[in-house]
Amino acid sequence: MMDIKSDKQHTYWNPYLGGFLLGLILIMTFFLTGRGLGASGAAKAIVTQTVHTVAPTHAENNAYYADQFLGGKVPISNWLVFEVIGVVAGAFISGSLSGRVFFRVQHSPKITARKRLWFALLGGALFGFGAQFAKGCTSGAALSGMTVLSLGGYIAMLSIFGGAFLFAYFFRKLWL
Amino acid sequence: MGPLIPEILSDQWNNIIAIITGMAFGFVLESSGFSSSRKLVGVFYGYDFAVLRVFFTAAITASIGLLFMDYFGWIDMAALDGLPARVWPIVVGGLIMGLGFVTGGFCPGTCITAIGIGKLDGFMFFGGIILGVFVFSEMFPLFENFYNSSNLGDVTVPEFFNINPYWFTVGISIIAIVAFYAVMLIQKRIKSVEY
Repeated sequence: MMDIKSDKQHTYWNPYLGGFLLGLILIMTFFLTGRGLGASGAAKAIVTQTVHTVAPTHAENNAYYADQFLGGKVPISNWLVFEVIGVVAGAFISGSLSGRVFFRVQHSPKITARKRLWFALLGGALFGFGAQFAKGCTSGAALSGMTVLSLGGYIAMLSIFGGAFLFAYFFRKLWL
Repeated sequence: MGPLIPEILSDQWNNIIAIITGMAFGFVLESSGFSSSRKLVGVFYGYDFAVLRVFFTAAITASIGLLFMDYFGWIDMAALDGLPARVWPIVVGGLIMGLGFVTGGFCPGTCITAIGIGKLDGFMFFGGIILGVFVFSEMFPLFENFYNSSNLGDVTVPEFFNINPYWFTVGISIIAIVAFYAVMLIQKRIKSVEY
């Protein structure tokens, strides 16, 4: 299950080509729909839908949940949920073409897979929590915001990457 | 002319476009190596700058493209969704996200691509996101005032500093090119990491 050697076969694209194509995708998305790309919003939709289904009154009493289903809106029918389903499929196609699709845990040889998984859970929780304050993550707030020259987008980019550089030293043993 | 939805294409197309867009997004991210946490965090330790290169190139390409389309009258850039500048909530949220980045090794979009190729750490990261969103939502009444504070509105950087948007984008492009050159020099001096 864990085949770290095959991860070393780097057949990734030139980053500038990837960035250029990603830029074209952003242009098309804005041109067609008027909105940008995102990711964390899909998690928000899943959480809200689940809470609303399990405890409807509780959800209606919380302004943060209620905002997403007021006026008959269905949280899980959010644009980003469909987009994220597409992302899974797109990544699967790309990975399949390069022989990168198989179950494993990727981690530094100096830490155990178990430790990697716990820190992935912790990092995800922090990211999901922080993205709510900013109303978006690296793709929705920073990248899409920067595309339309939005001040909020630039602040998001500087804070996310600034924060990561600030804290990177303390977690170097997870990666180096 | 643009955005095409809902004026030219009907609203029903929105979800279809979402899936197709997502597939293109996921394909490009995965092909650029963004499904690998060890490649992503390389930017914070100086051994792999793919994140900076891809991210900056994408932002500049898209900004320049949209500015041209706006100039030609194909799209009204002011009508596009921006991120309202709620300064302090974004800064606090961004710093927490930065901490999440160096501990978890992904951001939400990249963890989805990792899930697409079977990485269990990607699944765990996504589970974490769900947990983080749930905790925030439940605690929302505590944060509500802060959440809505210091809002400068949906303003662009050129508007805020009262500069020309074209020259601003030229400036950002020059900064990016200098950064691309600088990280090339830095990477040569840093011990490479096998992953």
